[in-house]
Amino acid sequence: MIGFLIKGIIRDRTRSFFPVLVVTLTVAMIIFFQGFLTGIMNSMFLDSAVVSTGHVKVMTRAYKEDSQLLPNDLALLDTDQIINELQKDYPDYFWTPRITFGGLLDVPDEKGETRAQGPVYALGVDFLSTDSRQFEIWKLDNRLANGRLPEVPEEVLLSTTLANRLDLSLGETVTLIGSTMYNAFTTYNFTVVGTFKLNLGPVDKQMMLVDIEGARMALDMKSAASEILGFTETLLYEDKATVALRKRYNENHGASADIFSPTMMALRDANQMGTMVDFSNAAIVIMLAVFLVIVMIVLWNMGLMNGLRRYGEIGMRLAMGESKGQVYRSMIVESVIIGFIGTVLGTAMGLGITYYMQEVGLDYSSAMEGLTSTDIIMSNVFYAQVTPELYYIGFIPGVLATVLGTMMAGRAIYKREMAQLFKELEA
Amino acid sequence: MSDSFVVQIHNLVKKFPVGGDFFTALKNINLELNHAEFTGLIGPSGSGKTTLLNIIGGLDSPSGGNVNVLGSDLGSTSHAERAELRRTKMGFIFQSYNLLPVYSVFENVELPLILNKIETNERKRLVEQAVGSVGLLDKIDSRPAQLSGGECQRTAIARAIVHKPALILADEPTANLDSENSHQIMKIMGRLNNEMDTSFVFATHDEKIMGYLRRIVHLDDGQIAKDELIENPQFGEQS
Repeated sequence: MIGFLIKGIIRDRTRSFFPVLVVTLTVAMIIFFQGFLTGIMNSMFLDSAVVSTGHVKVMTRAYKEDSQLLPNDLALLDTDQIINELQKDYPDYFWTPRITFGGLLDVPDEKGETRAQGPVYALGVDFLSTDSRQFEIWKLDNRLANGRLPEVPEEVLLSTTLANRLDLSLGETVTLIGSTMYNAFTTYNFTVVGTFKLNLGPVDKQMMLVDIEGARMALDMKSAASEILGFTETLLYEDKATVALRKRYNENHGASADIFSPTMMALRDANQMGTMVDFSNAAIVIMLAVFLVIVMIVLWNMGLMNGLRRYGEIGMRLAMGESKGQVYRSMIVESVIIGFIGTVLGTAMGLGITYYMQEVGLDYSSAMEGLTSTDIIMSNVFYAQVTPELYYIGFIPGVLATVLGTMMAGRAIYKREMAQLFKELEA
Repeated sequence: MSDSFVVQIHNLVKKFPVGGDFFTALKNINLELNHAEFTGLIGPSGSGKTTLLNIIGGLDSPSGGNVNVLGSDLGSTSHAERAELRRTKMGFIFQSYNLLPVYSVFENVELPLILNKIETNERKRLVEQAVGSVGLLDKIDSRPAQLSGGECQRTAIARAIVHKPALILADEPTANLDSENSHQIMKIMGRLNNEMDTSFVFATHDEKIMGYLRRIVHLDDGQIAKDELIENPQFGEQS
């Protein structure tokens, strides 16, 4: 009977082409929708990851306890060795040292007297080593407001807000006043070569970016770092995988009682980020669920139309001795076949579009120009993301909704008055 | 039930609810149809002939009385049992042919055999035999849209007889056909009746059919007004 049904489906375009087209387009839309939302969420996570959390980060246990105080006296030592081990053990991630420190930024006049002074929140980032991707992930080419990128460790970038407050010009020297990792007093001169605007709310109002070697020299932190940040090679945050990595790493390094032993945190472990991750996941699920319900109604309607169109055929089959259950089941088998073919095609199409948007992105630069003076944290280019679940998520609406729609529509078979068949079939 | 009867009906009553009351469509029908009879249920619209055909075909249930068809008491059988009875022992011919448009003549005729789970090679043999018996072998791969009305009804006849049922029920089988095709169809059915020993029951008011029938049951207002055996039908033995 299945072979007989398949023949009918193939030959009858209104039973095959149109329903398959509806399912294909629906599944493709859902996959792209999911991939695009995930991509946008990831873009938001990436901003936080770049500035402070990484997708994962490693620090000493002691540093983790007091991390809000930026306790560099509890920093990681021999970071090159730790990074080599991390790269070997977790090659899907790239690892970069980071020093986060605070201090006072002093701007001297031509006589060496203080002309201006203010607190600074500074990040020592590995900008200058070979193969570093930090300029890329900070998007400094786009975020640079004036000047150029640092080329040597003694050159720094200041946020536009900070530079304006201190009335600084490019090329001027600033003196960092702070403490070393050994809690000794330190002063260190940097040259301001550029200013940037991250558009990340209050974060960059007093921010200074310096190459990590410059920070190490200033803070006497040779081969040390506050944290080592890890990013997926694709720069796309995958919560489950990241949490699993953190769990595995901490299990492997949890036996030591040494407070300077390394420990790992995932992005979701950072302040309120877990809530944000859960919220975004829930938002995606809710939006998809709503979309799914709409799709099911469409497919249900399609099933009803199909049932109405085949009213005569169904009646004839009932008269010939097929039971209502057999007819009902055969319609469900048909819907499974239609749903499966449509889902496979739709998944391929949706993945193709999503992959294209992952590579090319949707550039909203012109639309975002009006927002440059606001504090809204939003990327100018939205990228989609191809995730593993996109390969199977389409089967829920594609097959399940088609079958459920057919099942609901097919209930009419059971309500059909057998005694009216001859009259109905005379039409 | 005697082996010579395919249908035995005693005191059949069929009532339909109409508003808060009941309309009696069939009143105390008593009828026995013999094996291999060629019978017509004749009567004006509303006389109850289609209702009677429905009940004989197990498509509707009696409100009272006993109906025994091919050894099954329809009053005590389930929907599934009646469906099986139709599938295995009955054939249906409709006024509008009701062929499946996307399937060929072969595939339309094949459907009852698929429903009866007949093996592929045997299906092919039986389909070709049935299609051959209605003279459509040259059209066996054609779709219904490529056939004339008469050819469509011949295909429907082939579909009704392919699984060699004991009883064929036909509801106004010639109503959509012109005179020539109507005679051709009736001749084919008469011949099959002789060759296959299959009982045919027609519900009709088509005058053209009357001359082929060997028994005519006249229905009027839900009752059998007259039951006549035709010793020498107008168009004689169909061969």
